[in-house]
Amino acid sequence: MNAFSLALRNLLRNRRRSLTTLLAMIIGASAILLFGGYSRNIDLGLETGFVRGSGHLQLQHRDYFLYGTGNPAAYGIAGYSRIVTELQRDPVLAPMLNVVTPSLSIGGIAGNFNAGVSRTVFGSGVDVAGQNTLYQWNDYGFPGVGKTSPLTGSSADAAVIGTGVARVLQLCAPLQVKNCPAAQTSTQDAAQGTAAPDDIAALSAQEAGQGEPQSATRIELLAANAHGAPNVAGLNVIKAEAMGVKEYDDMAVLLHLEKAQQLIYGKEDPKVTAIVLQLKHTSQMPAARARLAELLTGPLQGFDLEVHDFATLNPQYGQITGMFAAILGFIAILIGGIVLFTVSNTMSMAVVERTVEIGTLRAMGLRRVGIRRLFVCEGLLLGALGAVLGALVALALAWLINHAGLTWLPPGNVEPVPLTVRVWGEPAMIIKTALGLMLVATLSAWWPARRAARLDIVDALRHV
Amino acid sequence: MSSVTLKKVSKHYRLGSVDVPALSGIDLDIRPQRFTVLSGPSGSGKTTLLNLIGCIDRPDSGELLVAGENVLALGDNALSDFRARHIGFIFQNFNLIPVLNAFENIEYPLRLTGVAPAERKRRVDELLAAVGLADRARNLPGQLSGGQRQRVAIARALATNPALVMADEPTANLDSHTGAAILELMRNLQRERRMSFVFSSHDPNVLAMADDAVFIRDGHITGIEQRTPELAA
Repeated sequence: MNAFSLALRNLLRNRRRSLTTLLAMIIGASAILLFGGYSRNIDLGLETGFVRGSGHLQLQHRDYFLYGTGNPAAYGIAGYSRIVTELQRDPVLAPMLNVVTPSLSIGGIAGNFNAGVSRTVFGSGVDVAGQNTLYQWNDYGFPGVGKTSPLTGSSADAAVIGTGVARVLQLCAPLQVKNCPAAQTSTQDAAQGTAAPDDIAALSAQEAGQGEPQSATRIELLAANAHGAPNVAGLNVIKAEAMGVKEYDDMAVLLHLEKAQQLIYGKEDPKVTAIVLQLKHTSQMPAARARLAELLTGPLQGFDLEVHDFATLNPQYGQITGMFAAILGFIAILIGGIVLFTVSNTMSMAVVERTVEIGTLRAMGLRRVGIRRLFVCEGLLLGALGAVLGALVALALAWLINHAGLTWLPPGNVEPVPLTVRVWGEPAMIIKTALGLMLVATLSAWWPARRAARLDIVDALRHV
Repeated sequence: MSSVTLKKVSKHYRLGSVDVPALSGIDLDIRPQRFTVLSGPSGSGKTTLLNLIGCIDRPDSGELLVAGENVLALGDNALSDFRARHIGFIFQNFNLIPVLNAFENIEYPLRLTGVAPAERKRRVDELLAAVGLADRARNLPGQLSGGQRQRVAIARALATNPALVMADEPTANLDSHTGAAILELMRNLQRERRMSFVFSSHDPNVLAMADDAVFIRDGHITGIEQRTPELAA
């Protein structure tokens, strides 16, 4: 019969009070774990989304990240094929790589000259095969498979636009865009006011081929080429896709990389604005980054490149995960406080009830530290039981939630996603929560235990 | 040599702003291996004296030697260890640990003094037999009668073979028949084991059994009766 055995028997002595205390801890632990699991799911979901979209790391021309959006063509990476090959063949980097794929960003004006409307857009020329590989990344086992690019198997002049772009360019009907009410007259006037000038329209007509029948979904993309001169690419819009964030949805145009390069660089050597690297696992990022740093000062030295990770490229990732971490921290502190007072109250009542017993044990020769140990063990035991049962309850509730078919619409998403909480498979979170709860319960018991140990023996024996 | 020696021992209690003398200038030798009774009316100071002798309270002044040790010089831990090894306690309300069964209650002081498990079992079994509760070893205190509880408390007090056993009104909560049986048991065990028993009681039956009687009134010793001769050296 050691201190823990005695502590357990004492806890069982007043079952109702111990159960009430335990219940508070179980609720607290499961609340922390469930929200932690929800928050973790959001973190990993966001990470998955961003890694699918922009890879883990990107090689960009120096300063493109800060200044390039104003004139992407000026920050093109020449000889990018050699870089891609170098990365794919690198003995250190290659085993970590899932895909290396280039992309070219374009700023320009898209016009539907049939309707006489246009708007500024932000285009991305992508390698469709590479893009599809990016989309399949699913390191955290989210339900469903990654999407396939709508550009897959399309003609060289195919393009996908945001639904916002489709709305402004009056392409809702041919592209079957939902929730696309007819614009008010004044808006139409405003849109028509941005119609391309005659010379650009002529250039467009020339590019498209005079006299040929125009498709209902054809648009012209006007952009400044590498020398600053205007150039136009005729694009056949095959789909309007909601992009999640309205600002992006109102500007997005996706097209084949070759088409984008043709528009910007013509017959010159094609360039790209980013080389996207997607790793097999996010945990490989530091190693991959270190290797890239070696390559950039070695074989790739002359390219004047810099490396950015997905968190830098997508600042909202850090903002959202930070916000959830802060909420989780707040909840944990709140629950910790409740547990602290609950256990402390239970222990204080136990000390009062067992005052004579404390006096007896002290008279028999138990040292003060022995009394302290007795009550602290009870607190620790309560904490341990609360943590274990809380984790089990959280796992059961998480299973129920994950199988309840609930959905929610995360920020930046277009389609609702399953509402899931990730408790199973997160041992670090469970262990941290359990240890935290045990620590709080032990600390809560410490003060009443100290008070018990300091009781005067004669006074304690006299206690009624 | 005396089992306990008190020289000019005084103890005061503070009740609010009033200083209440509990014991004043007590000089007392308690002879070893005797059944000593501290007798006096309520509030006379006998329990205070018992607490001082039992080393669970400290006097304000004076000297106190227990089993030859100047206990006032001991720190709290050393005094706890001293109590565990040399002093046994029997309380009016038995004060058994309710979550421990009879065996475990008797075993507890042996655990405190680091006695090996096999020896613990041997001693506890022997004590349970001595107090007539061999068949109640696994019973919790709540499953025992008042007399049985006090027997367990007696066995617990004797477990470490202490030099001194302190008993504060041990029969006060028992009916007269059970009280007499308990007294008889204690008297026999004290003789068999040649221990010093110190009682605080105003029960005339207890007083009648005493080897030595110490009479206290208003914090002063008013008389000492030594009814048995000194033991041969």
